[in-house]
Amino acid sequence: MKKLLLGNEAVALGAYEAGVKVASAYPGTPSTEITESISKYDGIYTEWAPNEKVALEVALGASIAGARAMACMKHVGLNVAADPLFTSSYTGINGGLVIVVADDPGMHSSQNEQDSRFYGRAAHIPVLEPSDSQEAKDFTKLAFEISEAFDTPVMLRMTTRVSHSRSLVEPGERMDCGLKSYEKDADKYVMMPAMARARRAILVEREKKLQEYSENADLNKIEYNDRSIGIIAAGGAYNYAKEAAPGASFFKLGLVWPLPQELIKNFAVSVERLFVVEELETFIEDYIKTLGVEVFGKEYFPKIGELSYEMVARGLKAAGVKHEILNLAFENSIEVKASSIPSRPPALCPGCPHRGVYHVLKKLNLTVTGDIGCYTLGALPPLSSMDTCICMGASIGNAHGMEKARGEDASVKTVAVIGDSTFIHSGITGLIDVVYNNGAATVIILDNSTTGMTGHQEHPATGFNIKGEPANRINLEKLCEVVGVRRVRVEDPFDLEKFERAVREEISSREPSVIIARRPCALLKRNRSKNPPYYVNTDTCIACGTCLEMGCPAITNTDVVSIDESMCAGCGLCAAVCPTESIARGDMHG
Amino acid sequence: MADTGILIVGVGGQGTLLSSRILGEVALYSGFDVKVSEVHGMAQRGGSVVTHVRFGKRVYSPLVGIGQADFILAFEKLEALRWAGYLKKGGMIIANARQIPPIPVTLGLQKYPEDIDGILSGAATTHMVDASKIASDCGSPRSVNMVLLGVLASRLDFEKELWLKVIRETVPQNTVEINTEAFSRGYEFLQG
Repeated sequence: MKKLLLGNEAVALGAYEAGVKVASAYPGTPSTEITESISKYDGIYTEWAPNEKVALEVALGASIAGARAMACMKHVGLNVAADPLFTSSYTGINGGLVIVVADDPGMHSSQNEQDSRFYGRAAHIPVLEPSDSQEAKDFTKLAFEISEAFDTPVMLRMTTRVSHSRSLVEPGERMDCGLKSYEKDADKYVMMPAMARARRAILVEREKKLQEYSENADLNKIEYNDRSIGIIAAGGAYNYAKEAAPGASFFKLGLVWPLPQELIKNFAVSVERLFVVEELETFIEDYIKTLGVEVFGKEYFPKIGELSYEMVARGLKAAGVKHEILNLAFENSIEVKASSIPSRPPALCPGCPHRGVYHVLKKLNLTVTGDIGCYTLGALPPLSSMDTCICMGASIGNAHGMEKARGEDASVKTVAVIGDSTFIHSGITGLIDVVYNNGAATVIILDNSTTGMTGHQEHPATGFNIKGEPANRINLEKLCEVVGVRRVRVEDPFDLEKFERAVREEISSREPSVIIARRPCALLKRNRSKNPPYYVNTDTCIACGTCLEMGCPAITNTDVVSIDESMCAGCGLCAAVCPTESIARGDMHG
Repeated sequence: MADTGILIVGVGGQGTLLSSRILGEVALYSGFDVKVSEVHGMAQRGGSVVTHVRFGKRVYSPLVGIGQADFILAFEKLEALRWAGYLKKGGMIIANARQIPPIPVTLGLQKYPEDIDGILSGAATTHMVDASKIASDCGSPRSVNMVLLGVLASRLDFEKELWLKVIRETVPQNTVEINTEAFSRGYEFLQG
């Protein structure tokens, strides 16, 4: 019986059926559910690694040892893992090795919109791109076969809409592929110059063979229909194009690197006009142009953000494609006469421990170098307490750089904020830089005991592994001390006065300091405490707006200031800042 | 039933995902090709969220595009207005009468539009449902999603029994009674 699975769940099922033995990953939207789903299958060792580089190294080690292995990450995670990626292409594999990378066109939950296909081309490894959940499963299994047939790591490229869409999947049986024998082979696995030079030649030969494979692979499919236009597309973009031009001829690519030159040329001459529909960069389009084939693409379709069927249909219409083969349903939508619709940005949850931290940082008017996580939402009004957010771990290096550029005057007005999971991922090295190079940065580790934004994954400092079993816990205080930070303190971000005092003391100190702002995420099940909700006494409330400045979604201001009982987590921060003591806990209601 | 597109919209945390999964399963049991597009990650933190459900003989895009929505099921009024333009002519809006002001409105930076009911009714067949009250009457304010799903179900050609079966299979065991009751109350809402 077919199942309705997320693309990410289907990749996990494909890994299970392909006989994968080891999977390692760091969470990152939109890739997280792949590894979460794999962890639920028996017979696969699954782990959260501290970061994507380690995850890929673990998967490569497992592959060299003879197991089928997988590493999963979001697009920006591949930047972190790029170092082992490029050289794993040289070593090749023993057991099949698949690297799943989920891109995020439209930046639903990311800091940039990079296109991972270029990594496949640059590292000379094949890239497969599924368009729905059935393909996600099938291509995952195929990726392991290609990996072993060509002695190469294989990239499976997902995008948000493929990862996070459910569609029908036919489950199959797990294949028992056992362990391949491991034999020491320094020429293949020790990449020092003499050996790497030889492997480089092998890699170039391998890519030629993969090129030939792409000309005959079943996963590249031509569907002839009306031949006035032909459309080349892959992955999610194929779905939009197919919907936009149901009557057109299609060349659907399943393997997006290497690309099948001959098939593309043949398809081009069999249609009157050739279009490429792809999200993000002109990856396929540029390649086709180098073949000397006339092709249309981004002059008609947006280069920025996600595509949709109507964007493709509008583009084809503008290109003069006959209407009979297009789907112009967008011309039949209703008209809504609304003047302006207020935005609804995401916000820190009611009861979020980060709110206390940002309230203090804003009050002290500090420059705050930020990082990647839920707490990045502190950059938005009304807290507006973040100056930078670049990539995982950047907050500490950024703060150190600001200090070195502007000196002590800047340093005493600057703090870095970074989550506990992010600190483990890549904040530690930044902190070492501060200590080593005589910085005086103040780092606030927002320790909410989980990886929050991606949906509560464990990490090395939570004391639990991916299956929720007890694990060795990294002690953040000791870790900072052993790196050489002498001023390490743990504070409760809900004790506003004490927390403010701690920040004041640490920014004025002339050496590196770390404040661990420790309080579990309000949504974390194992720590959730049921505090009674707070209420506003409207008789004494002067509607000054101080509580609204906390940016809590439970507090509203329609006619009077009030607290939504069903949303209030009972943290009491609003009561703590209220100048007229008009907010009190529900159970103290007179 | 012809190819159908439904947008389920609301505020992150309101339970839109559960509704879309139940709807998707019901369509799957009925032999349709189904795609459901969800939102995970940042947008779940109290932001505007939209889930796309499409079913028919063969579905390509997982997204309900502009002019492809037969129904908009809104868990919050402003979100109904935000997505209304995706509705095809002749489509229907089913919206929770509840208002949840977004933070820019609470801060006084933007205004919550007045007369959303009027704007929507002028553009398409619109049913405002006091789903929060119905859910509370059933004993669980959190079952708003089931009430609204019930209203939608009463306008789709699937058997009520099939819906109840899928709900029983999907929701936690100790909430089956409240959820099926909330669904049934929604199912009867437009029949009344």
